[in-house]
Amino acid sequence: MCNFGSIDNKARSAYADRDSPVKMTPFVGGENMLNRGFLIFSFCLLVVGCSSEDGSAVKIGFIGPLTGGVSANGIGGRNSVDLAIKLANADVTKQYKYQLVALDDECKPNIGIQVATKAAADSSILGAVAHYCSAVAVGTVDVFHKFAMPMIVWGAVLPKITYGNDYPEVHRVNGTMINQNDVAAKFMVDLGYKTWAIIHDTTDYGKGHDKYFTESLEKYGGIVLGRFGVTADQQDFNAELTKIKALEPDVIYFGGITPIGVRVRTQMDRLNIPAIFQGTSGIISDAYIEGAGTLAEGTLAFREGDSAERLPGGKMFLAEYDRNNYSSPPEAYGPFAFAAANLLIDAIESEGPDRKKITSYLNKVRNYNSVIGKITFDENGQNMVPLITRFVVQDGKWKIWEMSEYADNIRSLNRQNPK
Amino acid sequence: MLLGSLDQYLINGLVLGVIYAMVAVGFTLFFGVLNVIKFSHGDVLMAGAFAALIAYISLQNFVSISIWMMVVITTTFAFAAMALFGAIVARFLVLPLRGAPPLNTLLITLMLGLAVREAVRLFYPNGSNPKPFPKLLPDTDIFIFGLEIRHDSLIIIFGGLAAICFLHLLIKKTRLGLSIQAVAQDSETARLMGINFQKIVLGTFALGSGLAALAGVLNGLYYNEINFSMGLLLGVVGFSSAVVGGLGSILGAIIGGFLFALLQTIGAIWFEVPAYKDVFAFVVIIAVMAWRPTGLLAETKSDRV
Repeated sequence: MCNFGSIDNKARSAYADRDSPVKMTPFVGGENMLNRGFLIFSFCLLVVGCSSEDGSAVKIGFIGPLTGGVSANGIGGRNSVDLAIKLANADVTKQYKYQLVALDDECKPNIGIQVATKAAADSSILGAVAHYCSAVAVGTVDVFHKFAMPMIVWGAVLPKITYGNDYPEVHRVNGTMINQNDVAAKFMVDLGYKTWAIIHDTTDYGKGHDKYFTESLEKYGGIVLGRFGVTADQQDFNAELTKIKALEPDVIYFGGITPIGVRVRTQMDRLNIPAIFQGTSGIISDAYIEGAGTLAEGTLAFREGDSAERLPGGKMFLAEYDRNNYSSPPEAYGPFAFAAANLLIDAIESEGPDRKKITSYLNKVRNYNSVIGKITFDENGQNMVPLITRFVVQDGKWKIWEMSEYADNIRSLNRQNPK
Repeated sequence: MLLGSLDQYLINGLVLGVIYAMVAVGFTLFFGVLNVIKFSHGDVLMAGAFAALIAYISLQNFVSISIWMMVVITTTFAFAAMALFGAIVARFLVLPLRGAPPLNTLLITLMLGLAVREAVRLFYPNGSNPKPFPKLLPDTDIFIFGLEIRHDSLIIIFGGLAAICFLHLLIKKTRLGLSIQAVAQDSETARLMGINFQKIVLGTFALGSGLAALAGVLNGLYYNEINFSMGLLLGVVGFSSAVVGGLGSILGAIIGGFLFALLQTIGAIWFEVPAYKDVFAFVVIIAVMAWRPTGLLAETKSDRV
């Protein structure tokens, strides 16, 4: 299709360029030259515009927290989607050129709904890779459904996002907190720990972790001595931790995300609490290790999927990511965002720029090869990843448990307070 | 069970009280001399903590100095940086708006606080994540009256109290303090008496902002972690403390700060769910405000600041 309207626009912007002082050429006859140049330029546009009729850019949305306390994860996700799009655009076999529209949900439900509406209402955006924060995703799925926009969640783990509705548009490449907490509870009980105190943030995310971890823990015989809900921006945890110290639990389970995870871990040390610190996928980030410093050592956490380094496509992903010189790391969920973007690109390649067709393509995805392993969506659009990876912090890095010195009993978790 | 951890509650309450009081004193100073409410105060505290962290990181890379020297240098740097910042804000934002309705100053400082907060988040490397604050103080335990207390907590409490006492002496006993009092009571007459009004206002803002920086450093030393949004709640608490103590009165601000910390501590012990402690503290503050609308120590026209 040859879109004259758009060429007209480009021509107008070329005029605007000519008028701008930067482009003004002072020599005599410049005006003429510019005019001729402009004619040639617009002719080129005409030719290019018509010849690459199927190569016109199609837009893919990315939504995640680009500012705020968890922005490190959001930016990692955005860069990963950007990388997927760059690779697709460099691939000559692809029929379309892709363009990224990145929007910031600030990890706040109200902002999330605003930007999701903005993306979904724009018919030139064909699909979205959306949301790291569960509290946001749970609110925006209705928006995506209303506008019939296919979306793939890349980081939020609350089960309700896929299981709480029957929207065909909603998919998720990462696992839910149900599997994560089940594996976590069994693993910890098998290590011989018996009593827990739970700190969770009072968003849907934190409450979900509290609920599913408690359910699994009781199934395996662990005991919860006390649970404490905290706000997502709380600074001082002395009151909670003082009560926990008196309870003397073996483990403090933390259901929440990095910033308050750092605070709880740091303040545990001030109160001299010897318990093990066990987190969730929400704290698996480089930011946790940077923030907690040496105190991060021995922190346990669990995440669905395997680590990027161990997957066949993972090495390629990390190498390409490095090659593009992004200023911040992909963080834990970057590979998921990358896989989601690739899935969306493949859907567009196969079905063309049609939201309905893309949605039905996604619903039929079975055994799709990606950097996070095979993806198969169930009837709720949930990827049925069976694998949960266990992590422990060793020497300032998140190490896979089986590869750590803790698993080999070279180091012991029960050393948290050297005093 | 509760009594066993009473010492923890007590120490934490005292540290919080000192920090709140230091913030509240700043609010009271600004209100005293210029009748303005400077809402960016909490974010100045945060920026002070980050200034200290920057000083620490740059010193750590270049020279090996004793840990005590490090405390002194980083604290001084934070104090000086924020004092300068406070003076600049007073000169270019607050003073030009003197004739405008007070609401404008309030709004502009609110915006300034937001700008400072966002600037740290965007321009400090990885500023959106919490940063570890160096453990500069000894974390060994000592026993006082059978209570187990960490050395650093004690140093923080006494350091903060010393700063407040020093400020009090400065205002009551020195020529500069006398000038500040004079401007606070009646700026017109003070000017007629030959007091350089602008210099005194800038000096007061520098002093208050420097004190906030100190509070930020103490906060960092206590929690060993700082982040760009740490000033938000501290600003609100500091302001409430200043108001409940009687805006304009330094002693009132100190009392207000410790009262707020006391209420939070009582709330934390009392309720099974510690999260209610802030609700409890603020509700009591509202009740006190209803009972004494001008604060616990009502401002008297003749004795301000």
